[in-house]
Formats: sequence, structure tokens, C-alpha cells
Amino acid sequence: MQPLVAAAAEEFMAANPKVDIQVQAGGSGTGLSQVAEGSVQIGNSDVFAEEKEGIPADQLIDHKLAVVGITAAVNPKVGIKDIKKEDLIKVFTGKITNWKELGGKDQKIVLVNRPDSSGTRAVFNKFALDNATPAEGITEDSSNTVKKIINETDGAVGYLAFSYFTDDSVTPLAIDGVEPKAENVQSGKFPVWAYEHSYTKGEATGLAKAFLDYMMSDDIQSKLLQEQGYLPVTKMKVERDAKGNQKNL
Amino acid sequence: MEKLAPARERLVKSNKNWMGGEMRGKILVFTCAVIMISATISITIFLGTKGLQSFIKNGVNLIDFITSTHWNPTNQANPEYGVLPFIFGSFAVTFLSALIAAPLGIGAAIFMTEIAPSWGRKILQPVIELLVGIPSVVYGFIGLSVLVPFIRGHVGGLGFSLLAGMIVLAIMILPTITSIATDAISSLPNNLREGSYALGATRWQTIRKVLIPAALPSLLTAIVLGMARAFGEALAVQMVIGNVRDLPSSLLDASATLTTIITLNMGHTTYGSVENNTLWSMGLILLVMSFAFILLIRYLSARRKL
Repeated sequence: MQPLVAAAAEEFMAANPKVDIQVQAGGSGTGLSQVAEGSVQIGNSDVFAEEKEGIPADQLIDHKLAVVGITAAVNPKVGIKDIKKEDLIKVFTGKITNWKELGGKDQKIVLVNRPDSSGTRAVFNKFALDNATPAEGITEDSSNTVKKIINETDGAVGYLAFSYFTDDSVTPLAIDGVEPKAENVQSGKFPVWAYEHSYTKGEATGLAKAFLDYMMSDDIQSKLLQEQGYLPVTKMKVERDAKGNQKNL
Repeated sequence: MEKLAPARERLVKSNKNWMGGEMRGKILVFTCAVIMISATISITIFLGTKGLQSFIKNGVNLIDFITSTHWNPTNQANPEYGVLPFIFGSFAVTFLSALIAAPLGIGAAIFMTEIAPSWGRKILQPVIELLVGIPSVVYGFIGLSVLVPFIRGHVGGLGFSLLAGMIVLAIMILPTITSIATDAISSLPNNLREGSYALGATRWQTIRKVLIPAALPSLLTAIVLGMARAFGEALAVQMVIGNVRDLPSSLLDASATLTTIITLNMGHTTYGSVENNTLWSMGLILLVMSFAFILLIRYLSARRKL
């Protein structure tokens, strides 16, 4: 979520010239570790603090800023646009190894994974694969690299946030007939999504509070957020807790 | 004017200057040395304590850690921490890249010093300096954009492979090997060459039978230094090797190295967690290996006869 926060911080600083906000990039664990030890005021993460080992989640206060939808993406030549969840699990666990078994081209399936500890991988495993352990495959961290590999490799399948489906270079898959679209995530029909969290140690105060309020303002939620490919948290009709239980609002 | 001053004054003055300059210089270089040494020692201590924590505090079995091929740190019910595939991957790309780069580098060094010392050196020297200057992320990106599709299309497999990693690394360590080998051969005393020619040897015989054996310890040092660099390289390798945690069974299989697993996972793990600690342990293995490389270099230099 670094690009989103960086863009928001830039606008916030333009509106408040005396303020200086520094946005650093890191993986899913970096922001949580640093806010827990008090070296930063706000720690951002794409997973719940409760899901990361060694983080005192009870000391941290969660501010859910945005929602990101994630879906499986395939090389366009595979010829599949929709997949059943059970088939998706079979693809990622290596039980189905050729796309023709699913009505696609006669191409070997090539998996593109994320690193074990990646937040995107955790979300995808939990909500798309029902906690099945994915088979071994090429592993890359950066979403842009994953997209490039899927685009260039015949039969490749990986997973990306909705914001990366800006062109035809990869084909996002509908799961059980539900299109990977913002409104389907908001209504709770599309299962694979995650919050973008901002954590503060104790209640947010001063500048940190001002900035978090700014992130929740209409300006950011309905404009900048969507420009960056995220979904506004204010429009969600469902909510989810750290254990993954979903309920209607 | 100076001459008119009493001898005693002149001597005391110059003596004072001499003392001041000498002391200042001494303190300056001594400080530099102390800073360097303490940096090395503190890194070693830090990495040592962090790297051992997964064994002492988290109870990971050291033998399993080094010999098991199952790496599954996020499986909460039954996490497994076996890094053998990554150790194997690190050694495989290191030795294979040295296998390509050593003959090329030493060949280029011989060309530069013996065959065409004037114009050959004029062309090759800037080429080598340029190769050093290219950042490793650029090597990785070229590998990902050119080499990987080429291997996929013309050799087979996915393209992401040990082969791709070893080619990228070979190009990266080529300048190290070439420049040290060049220095080694050109520093050989000229009477070796003259003696050999006087006995009627041809230029090729001189190179093969006299110069290469004489420079051999230095040439081996060049290769080991190149290997040390290859062993520690992370970014470029990560982009082309595929980062698969299985043991590769052929050159065309994707693989992973210690460094690529560390860079892929470090940012996502939280400080103090078991997985984070095991990543530090992999860092400790890298450090131990680089000590081994240094010992090897010291041993080779001690054997140098000239």
C-alpha cells in the first residue's frame, strides 16, 4: 500500500506546507515491527497484526483505510476467463497440470507464487485456496515482476491485486462466476480481498491522527483511492475480523 | 632569515613540527583502522547472536536446518526449516558461474598482457571497467527480459533456471577475475619470459608452461574472489533463478539461493519471529562461507612463490 499512502501524504503536505510526512516502503512485516517498537508513528500492513508472529497486537490500534481485491491472473493465451474455486485449488496445489483439463488450451500450467511470508500470498491462500498449501512454483515478490512473468510465460498463472489489471497483458479470472470487480467485493460476493491497515501504538494523536482522518475523508476515499486501484473502505457492505469471519454490515 | 636564527631555536621548532605532523597522521590512520576493524567485529558479533537465536531460543534443530530439504516456515501446525536446497543452490550457481568466468577471464588477461599488451589493453580495460560499473539490478533486469525468454524459447524449460542464474553471475564476476588475473600475470618478472624464449620456446609454450604455472596461486585467488562475489549476490540472481524451494535436478530447473530467500522474505517477516530468525541464520551461513573463502585466499597467497 506504499504508493497509495505516498500519494496521499504528498497531497496532505501540499495542503499543509508545514507538515513533513515520510513514507517508507517495506514488506508486510516491516511496518508492523516498526510501529510496535515505536520507531514510526503509523505502521501500514496488508495483514492483521494478529496474523503476524511476534507483534503485540493488543497494544496496536487498527485503522482500516482501504480494501484491495486480489484474484488469480493467467496468461491471455490460456483461454480461460472463469474458474471454479475447487478447480483453482487443484491448479495451485498441482493436481491439475494442464489447462486443457479445464477447457483451455493444451498448455502446461506454470505457477507463479509469492514468498512464504508475503501478505498477498496469505490472503490468497486463505480466501481463494481455502488454506490449501500451494505447490512449488516460480516465486517473485514484486507484483510488476509477477505480471511480467505471467504475460511472457505460456500457461502461467499467479495472483495480483485488481489495480494491476490495467491492460490486456494478463487475464484476471472470475471465481465461481463472480467477476473480480469492485462492486462484487463491496457486496461480499467476491471472496478474495484484504484490508489495507494503518496501525498506531495506542490511540493516534496529533499529526498521526490528522493524517489518518485525512485518509478517511471523502476526498481520498472516493478519489485518490480509486485512482490508485484500491476500493474505499467506507463503501464496504461486509466486514471481516482477524480470523477471517465475514459478516454483513 | 632562517639562517640567522640560533641553531637551538631552529632545531626545536622543526622538531615540534615533526612531532605534530607525525602524531596527527598516526592518529588519523590509526582511527581509520580501528573503525574498520570494529565494524567488521560488530557485524560478526551481531550476525552471530541473531543467527544463533533460531537454534537457541526457537529450538530449531541445527542438523535439520542444514540437511533437510523441506522449507515451510508459514505452516503453523508443522513448520519446517530446512535450507539445504538454498545452500545447494548458492554453491551450484557459484561454482558453475566460476566455471564459465574463469577460463574467459584468464584468457582475456593473457590476451591483455602477453598477446596484445598495447591495443588489446586499450580496448579491454574500459570494457572491464564498464562491466564493473553496471549495477546488479540492471544485470538482473536484462537477464529477466532477454536471457530468460531466450532460454525458454531455445533451450527449454521455463527459462527461470540455474542456467540463467549462472550466466548472469558469470558476466558479473568476469571483471573481478580478469583484472586480478591481469595484475598477476603482468607482475611476473620479465626474466621468466626471456629465459623461456632463450631456451627456444614459442610464445604459446612460454604462456602455457612458464607464465600460467608461475602465476597459478594468484590466478586461483582471482577465481576465489570472483566466487565470493557470486556467492553473495542477491538481486540479479533473484530475478532470473525462479526462487523455487525444491532441489533442482537439472540446469534448466528453477532453484533458489540463500541470498534470494533472504531478500524475498526479510521485509515480510516481523523482527524476532522464528522465520525472521531463520533468515538471520541463513545470513550467518553466508558469513561463515565468506570467511571460508577468505581463508582459502590466504592459503593460496601463502603458496605464491614469486
